[in-house]
Amino acid sequence: MIEAIERAAVEAIERAVIYIPPDVKAALIKAYQEEENDVARAQLKSILDNIELAEKTMRPVCQDTGTITFYVDVGYEFPGVRYIRDSLINSVRVATQKIPLRPNSVHPFKNVNTGDNTGRYVPQIYWELVPGDSLKFTVVPKGGGSGYPTVLRMVPPGRGFDALREVVLDAVYRAGAMPCPPTIVGVGVGGGIDTAIFIAKKAATLRKIGTLNEDPELAVLEGELAKAINELGIGVMGLGGKTTVLAVHLDYSHRHPASYPVAVVFQCWASRRATAIVKPSGDFQVIQ
Amino acid sequence: MATYSLKTPIREEDIRVLRVGDILYLSGVIVTARDAAHRRIIEYLRAGKLLPVSLKGGVIYHCGPVVARRDGTWEVLSAGPTTSTRLELYESEVVEKTGVKLIIGKGGMGPKTAEACSKHGAVYAIFTGGAAVLAAQAIRRVISVEWLDLGIPEALWILEVENFGPLIVAIDTTGRNYIEEVMKKAEEKLKFFGVSLWPAVRYT
Repeated sequence: MIEAIERAAVEAIERAVIYIPPDVKAALIKAYQEEENDVARAQLKSILDNIELAEKTMRPVCQDTGTITFYVDVGYEFPGVRYIRDSLINSVRVATQKIPLRPNSVHPFKNVNTGDNTGRYVPQIYWELVPGDSLKFTVVPKGGGSGYPTVLRMVPPGRGFDALREVVLDAVYRAGAMPCPPTIVGVGVGGGIDTAIFIAKKAATLRKIGTLNEDPELAVLEGELAKAINELGIGVMGLGGKTTVLAVHLDYSHRHPASYPVAVVFQCWASRRATAIVKPSGDFQVIQ
Repeated sequence: MATYSLKTPIREEDIRVLRVGDILYLSGVIVTARDAAHRRIIEYLRAGKLLPVSLKGGVIYHCGPVVARRDGTWEVLSAGPTTSTRLELYESEVVEKTGVKLIIGKGGMGPKTAEACSKHGAVYAIFTGGAAVLAAQAIRRVISVEWLDLGIPEALWILEVENFGPLIVAIDTTGRNYIEEVMKKAEEKLKFFGVSLWPAVRYT
């Protein structure tokens, strides 16, 4: 079982860093087809050519293979529970050598790179217990460029909803060209600060483009925010044009009456993810 | 918008004709440098120490590549640009003291770099962020690597490239800054939306 989990994880990392998922690719193709600004069109052409080249040569689509996050759903009855943690961590070491990945784990005070993409709290592993006997985990390698302009604001609850729109537009404006637009913007509202950041990150990275928010009012708000952001005209790589965001994904948590956290997390156009499902037999499949 | 092919070492007169929006294809030698490398370059320059590679007429690429070592030689697999904005802290001094003529990155640079570019005859150009395999296709070989103690992404990778591009000139020697102009328009739009800005976040 140790071996099965590790192999599944290495394969999921490999798929994630090389192949852009179909929903993201479709959104980029649409942006290219609709773009009228020549400079932005040329940038989108390079992006699409690059996606194709990565698939053909089986090389990481972006040199920033990111830091790895695992979102793990463990079935109560899954027989290999005790092996999961070590197998996932080890899979990152193996993948770093095999694919290879760029080593991106640096001690914040000593500035020393561990060289294998592991370290204190790295890779990040989030656990959910779910019914069933299988193990499912999604690998998200997230680049540093889109992490840099992350914003968390504690807005006055009295201004909550209006402030939310301002915070999002302000964050996108300040991020400018840095997070490699067109981005997917994840917005987390409410909760404690950690919840706000966590749900914003999940909204940006895990939710597929084109899926509707379960809450119809939030679905409308997402559309309005995306439209307003695109009207800013920051465009591809900050060089102008129609598409600054591919999507805005919003999630919320109930909040303390005295606080109204708003988190904005960016995902660059190279939104990478792959999901592995491991059966009790050790058989596994990787999907995007 | 004109298209140019440049070869290293680059002469100042070939840089001064370039304008924002022009497209470049570059052949010759480029040197990757990110935050830690820039910090060390500045240390060396201030101490009067010789850099391991001359940047006179040269090219700095804001990039930390994915590399593989096969049969004793390094191969660059994936090598798109990193966010240049962080390097605003250092670049003007580097431009002034090394004679570097072309800086390649993504994400944009600020007024200090723009001023140094117009004063010393250098330009900042953008390669599409994330288009890393496309970039690696233009890399013919790794000439050498220096400062590997900084870690693979932060080391100076000295690379031979052929027709590296398309690069878009984003800061020229006349003081124009392409991305800043786009962001000015975005700011006007925000005002039109009635959105007031929140307290600044410092990125440089």
